Amino acid sequence: MTATPALSVSGLSKNFGALAVAQSIDLDLVPGARMGLIGPNGAGKTTFVNLLTGMLRPDAGSISLGGEPIDRLKPEDRVRRGLARTHQINTLLNETSVCENVAIAIAERDRIAWRTLRFGPQWRACLDEAQDRLRQIGIAEVADRRVSELPYGQQRLLEIAIALALKPRVLLLDEPAAGVPSAESHVIHDVLEQLPADIAILIIEHDMDVVFRFAREITVLVQGRILTRGEPAVIAANPEVRAVYLGRSVV
Amino acid sequence: MTTLPTRSGLAELSAQGRLGLAWHALPWVLAFVVFYMAEGYLSLWTNALIMILLTLSLDLALGYAGIVTLGQAAFFGFGAYAAGLFAIHVHNDPLIGLVTATALSGLFGFVTGILILHTQGVTLLMLTLAVAGLLAEWANRAYEITGGDDGLQGVRMGPVLGLFRFDLYGKTAYLYSLAVLFVWFVVVWRIIVSPFGRSLDGIRQNPARMRAIGTPVWWRLVAIYTISAAMAGTAGALSAQTTRFVGLTTLSVLVSGTALVMLMLGGTRRIYGAFLGATVYVIVQDYAAKVNPFYWMFFIGALLMATVLFLEGGLMDLGATVRKYWRRAPVKKP
Repeated sequence: MTATPALSVSGLSKNFGALAVAQSIDLDLVPGARMGLIGPNGAGKTTFVNLLTGMLRPDAGSISLGGEPIDRLKPEDRVRRGLARTHQINTLLNETSVCENVAIAIAERDRIAWRTLRFGPQWRACLDEAQDRLRQIGIAEVADRRVSELPYGQQRLLEIAIALALKPRVLLLDEPAAGVPSAESHVIHDVLEQLPADIAILIIEHDMDVVFRFAREITVLVQGRILTRGEPAVIAANPEVRAVYLGRSVV
Repeated sequence: MTTLPTRSGLAELSAQGRLGLAWHALPWVLAFVVFYMAEGYLSLWTNALIMILLTLSLDLALGYAGIVTLGQAAFFGFGAYAAGLFAIHVHNDPLIGLVTATALSGLFGFVTGILILHTQGVTLLMLTLAVAGLLAEWANRAYEITGGDDGLQGVRMGPVLGLFRFDLYGKTAYLYSLAVLFVWFVVVWRIIVSPFGRSLDGIRQNPARMRAIGTPVWWRLVAIYTISAAMAGTAGALSAQTTRFVGLTTLSVLVSGTALVMLMLGGTRRIYGAFLGATVYVIVQDYAAKVNPFYWMFFIGALLMATVLFLEGGLMDLGATVRKYWRRAPVKKP
């Protein structure tokens, strides 16, 4: 099958001085992919995400989204082409209501965020859609609360809701369960399970439980280089991967 | 029902229905009360209206969009000189002059905005100061054009709309300024409740979040900076037209600072904060100067400190804060 990959990365490299943080990384995500990206601290996972989103410029290599090169695009233009992300640390509008956090993203997606005239009906539509999306993700009851009043776990869910509201082709989940007590991580997992099937998803996560349950394929990154990739069961059994994690049991 | 604004004092007010509408009418009714009561004082109140407009322009840039600026004087002075020079050299119709000065100030804001809005925080603050400083120094040197230290003299204005002459008592000047302020007020209102205004509010809170949803942050900031500059330019133009004089002081940092103090006094992001802050400032300044002409600034300073320390959202929060303590007090007593 040769479907156009939703996201295609080839030969992506980046050095911070003498430190190679990304060494010729190749990665393809087909539509609907559920790819996990794991690796020990300092392996370059976050750098990789920043290269994809355009926060960092690569030294070499190319990135394309749905077959179109996006290397030269600014971060916000990549988002507009369908590359959304969530953040490892909550990055929300804390003084704004939960519902409006999502609605503002929808307004941006629908290109009505420049409007100052005759915006009424569209903005109301944004709020309605936002309400629906909050309901789907299970936090509709706090829609009118300020984000700063929300417990951390619900803020994590809001991060995901905002990214989904952009209707992305590719979604980068940067440690969606980070900071969530393990007793509550099943809530995150349930939400991940219900993500639209056609979105290509790359998940970075330290909680191996979450990754191995969610991902259908796992890439292991070590010192900016891809060590190996494969199905979760294969990765879990791989002695090299086990060695990288210093004997820590992977599953 | 979740209607448009959620945070602004505006929404709280309009949620109160008829009473809300009365609140919105209040400043404008008061403006007319002043018009009929303040015989002989109208030039003072015209100046207050101009300062309200300038403060409102600062609220857009600083309050809503979070652009840290002390350069509002650059646009105020630019608008003042533009209107003055236009009246002297091109045409003495006030409205044409006002629109021209506004447009030119907006253009000036656009160009400088493009240059400096890549930066943030203290760097941005310094750059806005530098823009105002450079312009002030240019105006000082360009004696042939601006009159330098002596100021721009000989500004003669025609009648407003060809009908209303600027009279000795300043009645026309007052009503003209009030009308212009109202027009800008409506524009600002539209902006802050619009998706555009919300995206600015978002940029102020968290630029990284806005980039992650695809907001062209820099362009949005340039846009609001341009609007804010145009508005400050209008204020400057009004000042030139109503006083028929433009001095170098219109470009001084003191103008930016005064607008900032007025905004802090009244409260940022409250739309009427600019109205309240500038009005209170002008009244206190006038009274304090009568009590002691040398130390009037002390009263302003004391008032500002009290406001900042006890009222988080400026004087606009006075009612809410008093009510809060009122409610809390009986609970404390067993």
